[in-house]
Amino acid sequence: MFAGFDFGILWANAPFLWNGILLTLQLTALAVTGGLLLGVVLAVMRLSSVKPLAWAVEGYVNFLRSMPLILVIFWFYTLVPKLTGRPVSGFYSVLIAFIMFEAAYYSEIIRAGISSVRRGQISAAMALGLTRLQAMRYVILPQALRNMTPVLLTQSIVMLQDTSLVYVVGLRDFLTSADIVASRDNRPTELYMFVALVFLVVCFSASRLVNRLRRRYAL
Amino acid sequence: MGAYNWNWPILLKEPYFGWIVSGFGKTILIAVLAWAIAFPLGSAIGIARTAESRALRFAGTAYVDLFRNIPLLVQMFLWYFVVPELLPSDWGRWVKRDMPYPQFLTAVICLGLYTASRVGEQVRSGIESIPRGQRNAALAIGLTQFQVYRHVLIPVAYRTIIPPLTSDFLGVFKNSSLALTIGVLELTSQARQIEEYTFAAFEAFTVATVLYCMVTGLVILIMRIVENRTRIPGAITVGAS
Repeated sequence: MFAGFDFGILWANAPFLWNGILLTLQLTALAVTGGLLLGVVLAVMRLSSVKPLAWAVEGYVNFLRSMPLILVIFWFYTLVPKLTGRPVSGFYSVLIAFIMFEAAYYSEIIRAGISSVRRGQISAAMALGLTRLQAMRYVILPQALRNMTPVLLTQSIVMLQDTSLVYVVGLRDFLTSADIVASRDNRPTELYMFVALVFLVVCFSASRLVNRLRRRYAL
Repeated sequence: MGAYNWNWPILLKEPYFGWIVSGFGKTILIAVLAWAIAFPLGSAIGIARTAESRALRFAGTAYVDLFRNIPLLVQMFLWYFVVPELLPSDWGRWVKRDMPYPQFLTAVICLGLYTASRVGEQVRSGIESIPRGQRNAALAIGLTQFQVYRHVLIPVAYRTIIPPLTSDFLGVFKNSSLALTIGVLELTSQARQIEEYTFAAFEAFTVATVLYCMVTGLVILIMRIVENRTRIPGAITVGAS
């Protein structure tokens, strides 16, 4: 089946493809970090007793979750340079898009994690004389974290795959680099299969690890 | 951003208005057709993953692992550029030369097969959420495996997974935008094209955004009604993921 295929092309272009992989990893790491930080803030606001705050966050989350990620990327890619009034590199525009988009998903996971701890526990903790903050710190969060960590990790694996969408604005991530080689040397089969294989191995192993973690730390 | 000149009326001019309408139509059509593949196939996969047979369970798991661990965009490129090369040469030639609407059909198949892996997971978790005793009880009163699924497990499972299935349908609706990478002029790509022709970027993106949100809202509303109508008395439903 692979007669006539030239897998040497991967070796010949290894440094170029490696740079693509590095950009993918960098984008993923920054977007996961930023998305988590913003996600925590959103989740806390969503659970706050100040109703308008909670509604505003709910609106934000529902709004972003009904948009395709590609459209969000186009929005920020055009919007960020206009808002700042000077040229911003595509990388930063796209990074902001990913952070804003992922934060909506992360915040829902974090909120569900916190709500999954039964209400009675807060009352019980406060009846023991803990302050609300202490109850959060010592009773609720340790359990909530156990519940939501596997889901957050799974979402981050999805996020790693989603970074390939930067292709639509021509940022040179792994897929786009492979695509450049593929069209220059007319070798789409070898290049796309290689990209698929690398993602498959990485994401499959990562999700197996997450599953093991889930079983080990399940409450 | 002080200096942006809004130009809303341009969206009502031809050909731009027509582009939006046809892009919106294609987006809906891709989503519906892909769902028509994903729902039955995903159901089969989900059922296979709960079957007694080891081979069936393995096949179902392998399918899900394969399709969920490769980025959807890479899958799109594989179906469009690579699969025709790997097919027997007669078929490959047919796909490349004679198949009607090649980009559109490729996108539908790619999205359908990918979404099936997600539907499969929901169906499996729906079936697994039913206490094991029900299956045993059904077998004990003399139902065959097929009858157990047909009359006991499936009617309950599907009603509990309506919310996550709704978000999977909305997922395929949003993911249809990936078809633009192989040249299908759906809603997002038409918005992008209007931007390139007229520089009315924010107007074009706003219209696309509003249309996506409208459909999402409408689907959620309809499914909430369906969920209420089909609710199992006394049961708690699985939360949307």
